[in-house]
Amino acid sequence: MTNPINANNDDKNIIFDVKDLNLWYGNDKALKGLDFQIKENDVTAIIGPSGCGKSTFIKTLNRMVELIPSVKITGEILYNGTNIFDKSLRVEELRSRVGMVFQKPNPFPKSIFENVVYGPKIHGIRDKRKLMEITETSLKRAALWDEVKDRLNDNAYGLSGGQQQRLCLARALAMEPEVLLMDEPTSALDPIATAKIEELIMELKKEYTIVIVTHSMQQAARISDKTAFFLMGELIEVDKTQKIFTTPRDKRTEDYVTGRFG
Amino acid sequence: MRNQFIKQLDELNIKLLKMGAMVQEVIEVAVESLTKQDLELARKVYELDDEIDKIELEIEMECMNLIALQQPMAKDLRVIGTILKIITDLERMGDHAVNIAKVTLEIGEEPFVKPLIDIPKMAKLAQTMVKKSLDAFMKTDVELATEVANDDEAVDQLYEKIYTELINKMIEQKNIVKQATNLIFIGRFLERIADHATNIGERVIFIATGENVEIN
Repeated sequence: MTNPINANNDDKNIIFDVKDLNLWYGNDKALKGLDFQIKENDVTAIIGPSGCGKSTFIKTLNRMVELIPSVKITGEILYNGTNIFDKSLRVEELRSRVGMVFQKPNPFPKSIFENVVYGPKIHGIRDKRKLMEITETSLKRAALWDEVKDRLNDNAYGLSGGQQQRLCLARALAMEPEVLLMDEPTSALDPIATAKIEELIMELKKEYTIVIVTHSMQQAARISDKTAFFLMGELIEVDKTQKIFTTPRDKRTEDYVTGRFG
Repeated sequence: MRNQFIKQLDELNIKLLKMGAMVQEVIEVAVESLTKQDLELARKVYELDDEIDKIELEIEMECMNLIALQQPMAKDLRVIGTILKIITDLERMGDHAVNIAKVTLEIGEEPFVKPLIDIPKMAKLAQTMVKKSLDAFMKTDVELATEVANDDEAVDQLYEKIYTELINKMIEQKNIVKQATNLIFIGRFLERIADHATNIGERVIFIATGENVEIN
């Protein structure tokens, strides 16, 4: 295997330190010896063709990938210094610190309010005023508050796709995570709703560390600080986004970003 | 919507204005060094030009990054494409200022063969043209851009005048050929500077209308 070009070498704090990560689905090896780091308050975009392992990778960061039977993992991922695969670490705790937003908006068939407070309630918060406060803060952070503040008890299914996605974001933010994982969060949205989410990501990165998988290279270019290019389960190159899209070092990265792939 | 991109575009415009101000300054300093025969000032022109070259590269890189990272469309794309061309014009103006300084150093303290009246006039006009062309760019003001073209005619006429005058002087006095030729060169450099400002004016019309025109 060739050595990846790992140029994510600024002195920001390391949130995730991925070391020699390998993952198999049954006999198929989906991630091959990944070594790289996610830095604090960065938006890190993962790009690459379908089947390159990008979704598998971010689902590994909060151990969601383990929900799939037959998954086998070797190597380690240090989250703030602790190996997430360590027996002592509770997976629920990890997932409350590392929130996730998916490709298709997936609100619960409940009210807007109930959607946002779902996590905090499970974690034992019962005080109505506290829950209201969480709802307001989370919806404001997700830039949805003004649009829904007068109908918090309406069913979330009544919202538009873009609003539903921001609700899902608010639901993730309600847990006060440190990291937000986003798996193609705008691929089901129109350009205007997409632009709203992108603006939001730029805003949220001041407080959160964000890892986003995207099929849209242009999106990665617009919103991320670092970009990692995956190919067939390997990390080919990770660098400042500006570098990846103007002067990538690896020929395969160049071919992919210029659309000369395959 | 796309606040980040809009902010970056604004910053790019500000940087371009800064480069424009630097170019106006270098023209002024170059011509002043000549009229005052101030060799120290002439040397300063080289330094100013180095700064201009540096900011040109910065702006070029920022344009490339915006194109690569922000996928500008329609007017945004025309603006960025235009900035890429404008900086080449501005940079060339800086080079011409250096050429003027070179001649100043060559003439040294040798007395002038004639009082310099039209050259400072040309320089003033050229500087105003640079300023006007960039103002026109910032405001997408087609009228102002067209005005730059009219100013260019005045500069051309002054150059013509300097040229004829000095040629006639050289026919009479052979010993002044060297300095007189040098002064004609300076006229030529200023005339070229004005042409570059006119180019900028033409590009403003392109941004406004999407059409390329030759106004002079």
